Amino acid sequence: MPCGAPHSPASSRVIAIAPPEPGALDQRWSHALEDLLACGRGAGADLVEVFLERTDHLGVLAEQDTITSVTPAFGMGAGIRVFLGHRDGFVSTNDLSPAGLRRALEQALGMLGLAPNAHANTGFEGLPALRDFASMKGDWLQRCPQLQEATTRLLEGTDQLQQHGNHLQVRRGSYARDWQEVLVAASDGTFGRDIRLHQSVGLNVLAADGDHRAGVGRRYGTSDQPDDLRRWDAGASAAEVCASAGTMLYADYVEAGQMPAVLANRFGGVIFHEACGHLLETTQVERGTTPFAERVGEAIAHEAVTAIDEGLTGGAFGSLSMDDEGMEAQRTVLIQNGVLQRFISDRAGERRTGHARTGSGRRQGHTFAAASRMRNTYIDAGPHTPEQLIASVDKGLYCKSMGGGSVGPTGQFNFAVEEAYLIENGQLTKPVKGATLIGEAKEVMPRISMCANDLELAAGFCGSVSGSIFVTVGQPHIKVDSITVGGR
Amino acid sequence: MSNTSNSSGLNAEELRSGLAAIAATNGIRRWDLGAACSTDISVQVDRGEPKQMKGAQRSSITVRVWNDAGLVGVTSTSDLSEAGLERALTGAKEASSFGNADDIPAFSPLATAPLASLDQPLHQPQGILRLLDTLKAAEQELLSRHDAIGTVPYNGLAERSSERIYLNSDGACRQQQLSTASVYLYARAEETGRKPRSAGAVRLAYGAADLDVAGCINEAAERTISHLNYAPIETGRYTCVFSSEAFLDLIGAFSSLFNARAVLDGVSLSNRDSLGTALAVPFLDIHDNGLHPGNIGASAFDGEGTPTQRLALLEGGVLRSFLHSEATARAFGTTPTGHAGMGAKVSVGPDWFEIGATPGSGGGQAGLDRFKAGEPIVWIDSLSALHAGVKASQGSFSLPFDGWLIRNGEPRSIEAATVAGDIRQVLQAIVGFEGEAKITPDGLCPMVWVEGLSITGEA
Repeated sequence: MPCGAPHSPASSRVIAIAPPEPGALDQRWSHALEDLLACGRGAGADLVEVFLERTDHLGVLAEQDTITSVTPAFGMGAGIRVFLGHRDGFVSTNDLSPAGLRRALEQALGMLGLAPNAHANTGFEGLPALRDFASMKGDWLQRCPQLQEATTRLLEGTDQLQQHGNHLQVRRGSYARDWQEVLVAASDGTFGRDIRLHQSVGLNVLAADGDHRAGVGRRYGTSDQPDDLRRWDAGASAAEVCASAGTMLYADYVEAGQMPAVLANRFGGVIFHEACGHLLETTQVERGTTPFAERVGEAIAHEAVTAIDEGLTGGAFGSLSMDDEGMEAQRTVLIQNGVLQRFISDRAGERRTGHARTGSGRRQGHTFAAASRMRNTYIDAGPHTPEQLIASVDKGLYCKSMGGGSVGPTGQFNFAVEEAYLIENGQLTKPVKGATLIGEAKEVMPRISMCANDLELAAGFCGSVSGSIFVTVGQPHIKVDSITVGGR
Repeated sequence: MSNTSNSSGLNAEELRSGLAAIAATNGIRRWDLGAACSTDISVQVDRGEPKQMKGAQRSSITVRVWNDAGLVGVTSTSDLSEAGLERALTGAKEASSFGNADDIPAFSPLATAPLASLDQPLHQPQGILRLLDTLKAAEQELLSRHDAIGTVPYNGLAERSSERIYLNSDGACRQQQLSTASVYLYARAEETGRKPRSAGAVRLAYGAADLDVAGCINEAAERTISHLNYAPIETGRYTCVFSSEAFLDLIGAFSSLFNARAVLDGVSLSNRDSLGTALAVPFLDIHDNGLHPGNIGASAFDGEGTPTQRLALLEGGVLRSFLHSEATARAFGTTPTGHAGMGAKVSVGPDWFEIGATPGSGGGQAGLDRFKAGEPIVWIDSLSALHAGVKASQGSFSLPFDGWLIRNGEPRSIEAATVAGDIRQVLQAIVGFEGEAKITPDGLCPMVWVEGLSITGEA
């Protein structure tokens, strides 16, 4: 297919501006996309990928008993990526006009020293039939709670906080609904469409009594469930948040040191996400920043540990029908009984490291090139009860609720503990606050010696090279034989 | 800077006339708008090869609409077409039904006040291929500085041209064009049998040709090499010396102390009565000054069109002012300070800090030199994970850091450690300052000595 020939059938086709109705990024774009892909291939690119996106966001904030902010936002855009060998050029634009897309493509080609060639043989045979993962999702946005209902539910939440809590200085509820329609086409024959829906609701309190203060928050999130906010149990969430705040309000600061720790299930899985999961992304292999790059088939963790990353669990925050490179989601066993099985890989990772794609090419939106990113990532359940783990510790820390964390370029991780208790002689005793867990994946993974039988997942957000994305972390209760606890 | 555009992607007069027409059609009499557009290019390299080259054209607007009941709604979009503007205005009108009657933003009374003149030369972009050559050379130079430096895993060189506009239906019209460039180099070094170490540096300028790339290389190399010889540190209390960057990060993380929005929301450690009280040692000054010439990319006006200004936050350790938006200023009976965002609920945030000794105070203990101290000194070079380790509403922090333990004048890198404390205690435990104030991307600050901080190590 020629590119840019003034009178060719291809160039006479019009690249339409995205229609405004939901479901409008569809197969009607196929000819326009074929033009772009053929043009890129004709210029000498190994592979060209076009990512089109439309978004619709709603954010609502309730403080005390008042709605204080309603923030709708909508947008559209395209990201065009061109590969040549191990290199790639990526250009994003809000301009979906024919000229805007063409300009973006030519800019991406120019980054690799390529230019459109109207007479080149593109070797591109056109796009196949659209793989439409969105065909049953067209009414999701309409089925979500509208503003009136969303605000009412949130105010129920802050009212429940008032009913369950004491010494509450601030009560907040927040709701976010993110709708995204994507169309992905690539010169390797990828042509897929999807609609994603993420909703989350959070409750936060600040409890204060004299000099004592405790801020506690929880966020609950799902994907692809328009009725999720309607099903939300505001009372149970409020009771959980208030119970934690009440406990932590008068807690002493934790004493720093090395000690065994038992980490609770659900959001406790952030330790694996930060300590190990990021190091199993091929972006880290490309950079040479993971100690596990050459260790597939070797033991990198205690034999009690089996770890999984997948995009299939129904309703989970990190689930997806296809990734942002048009590949169907998979279940990827990362570690089996302590032995490293494989890496999380995207298109660029496969080209640069040889690790096969796992349906993990993800991005915040069209302004980011996709990268290998986690989806629902968790340590699998083990044979023990949570009580057995706690009973096995003479003196240590029980981390009931974890905050955020991060991992640095040398593999050192850290994360904050929101709610913790001392373990003394196998029993939970007094609550403590101010703990930060730090360590290195290579050293900590072999120290996860016990896994309980109560695996649960929790929604979260992960910020990294391709932006902030929806993820799930998870684990059963786990025991770490020794970890550094930062405190006072 | 002017109120009209004639050379870039945004045309204020066209936006104004378009919005006015759509507003009139939809019965909207009062509105304002913040718009921005930018063109970015950036490169990354990996051991001599181009890794990723990126370009982006972005545009976005946020519109606010006041309905007939006086309530405010807001909508944002990246669609600047006529259809996009109409959808945004009507969406904001719909959202205004849920506006907060107890906290209604208004136009800033300073939205047409004169703006400060900023010396911000506009540079033409060099183009991606020149950026690539520059970054490849920089990476090569950094790799050559020490055998242990094997990669520069995080690197980037970028140019940006941007423009922003503020308009309102009362005739305010603000517009600013800007060009900026940045380079960052984070090296990873590893010696046989030892743990990998990493450090880096960043530089900003108004154009790529003005970037201090050599300085960035030197700083990244020196920092990285200085961390190769490391040892664990014993847990305990130490006198700490914060680098300019680290102290600015810490103050920035607790800027809710000075934030009127946070005060009104009840999430600040300060309250309405805190003005005039001593928060810190009597020789500490903190100003917010977005207009400082060292603030590359300074904005002449905030999200409500209020001019940026220099504002005294702490003088002699005493809290003098809060950062304000229009609404918070009205609530406090004062004037906006130029620190607002734009929204149905307007956010407030700092611009760029100036931290140092109160004039005439002596600045605390004189002659401080971390290499001549009689006790072990922890020199904190950079703090990490502030998003997770800072509890701003409680005042507490527990943060990993990179730094050195100095004994008898000899610094040795600390293997891994956290520093923990309470910001109120930190501000009262400042011993003094060392060295000249340094300009960083976040502000101006000398090194700051603080005694008695809790350090957790792995020894």
